[in-house]
Amino acid sequence: MTWLLNNGELIGQLVVAHLLIAIPPIILSFVISVPIGWVANRYRWSRGTLLTVLGLLYAIPSLPLFIILPLIIGTGLRDPINLVVALTLYGIALMVRTTADGLGSVDADIRQSATAVGFSSRSQFFRVELPLAGPVLLAGIRVVAVSTISLTTVGAVIGISSLGALFTDGIQRGIAVEILTGIVLTIVIALAVDGLLVLLGRALMPWVAVTSGRLARRDRRRPREAVTA
Amino acid sequence: MNLFVQGILWVFDPAHYVGVNGIGTRVGQHLLISLGVLAVASVIAIPLGYVIGHTGRGRSLAIGVSGATRALPTLGLLSLIALIVNVGLIGPFVALVVLAIPSILAGAYSGFEAVDRRAIDAARAVGMTELQIVGRVEMPLGLPLLIGGLRTASLQVIATATLADYVGGGGLGHYIFLGLKTNDYPQMLAGSILVILLAILSEVLFSIVQRLVIPAGVTAGRPQDVRVKSTRSRAALG
Repeated sequence: MTWLLNNGELIGQLVVAHLLIAIPPIILSFVISVPIGWVANRYRWSRGTLLTVLGLLYAIPSLPLFIILPLIIGTGLRDPINLVVALTLYGIALMVRTTADGLGSVDADIRQSATAVGFSSRSQFFRVELPLAGPVLLAGIRVVAVSTISLTTVGAVIGISSLGALFTDGIQRGIAVEILTGIVLTIVIALAVDGLLVLLGRALMPWVAVTSGRLARRDRRRPREAVTA
Repeated sequence: MNLFVQGILWVFDPAHYVGVNGIGTRVGQHLLISLGVLAVASVIAIPLGYVIGHTGRGRSLAIGVSGATRALPTLGLLSLIALIVNVGLIGPFVALVVLAIPSILAGAYSGFEAVDRRAIDAARAVGMTELQIVGRVEMPLGLPLLIGGLRTASLQVIATATLADYVGGGGLGHYIFLGLKTNDYPQMLAGSILVILLAILSEVLFSIVQRLVIPAGVTAGRPQDVRVKSTRSRAALG
């Protein structure tokens, strides 16, 4: 316990470092996945290819990816950008499939009605399809967020500072409290971000609560489990 | 890219195949840890998943637990257990089992849930006992989804077993951590390449098995319907 009391400042710094690495991949993977998912859903021929390539990307274990990636993008091994790019790639691998599924779950009747009342294809996407796919996208980004925050800790073994540093330092110095603090804080951050996403979803999609029975049934397409380490 | 070539050459260097630290030994260790973990996790998760799938009880609890383990950092759990029981294989082993259980559990119960309710009603109507329904209807029909769960678990375990050597557990992570310590980039790359190959091999093998175990004449339960199908009218996922 004395360790905890003496290291408040260090813990604060690590929490900030952790968030700086984990938050950009969550936002980036969402922004990048929506257009790719749209293409995968819109053009049948691209769906199989895109999903297979992303499935393979997803099969690459994270620690090896952290080591190989610097050679491809030219960053240093211990550069946090290396970690951000790797985590974004995992996020995309999960989100594109979810986006394609979500957009695919929009009723054909609704799409045709939208066309009939004069929506252009662009406004149809932003004002009809995207909002209706919203609950599925939310479910997907929640999985991405939680697994990204948890996966960020692995960077510590190659020397990228995050809450994972509490694990590597804790085991070297034999301080169990330090490791436990890292585990608890990682879970707390993951739950907090998850909660924020749920609130954001409620604010952006107020109609879901009203019609949740019908939409929830579509919500059943669960995204794949995330890779760990 | 030159380093990358060096990494590949490292893998093919005959000198790296001899002794305790040889590639053969390390691959063997890695596979042995992964298979052991999958076996232990299966023994725990499959019966539990079958009970949840057959009775329909405890499902929300299982989903909650899976969600919680997703947030749990494996490196942290592994370090903590290793510190308590001393450095060695037990820490990584327990941490990996915890990691593998949710996917296998989900595969087991969702496999049962994907079975058409009419098939189960028909089985009951022709006089099958509950045990016969489980053994002869639900288990074979749910097998592709169970294999799907094992596939995800296997990928996660092979990937994460890389961390085992961080606490002295051996396996392919050894090359990565030794390379990190001695600044030997080709060796790190070689370790990474080998882990990736194992992961892809596991994916390929399981996808083949997943296709083979679909009972003849069954269209439901093909790998592509894995996540969507449920004929049971029940509240949606939480």
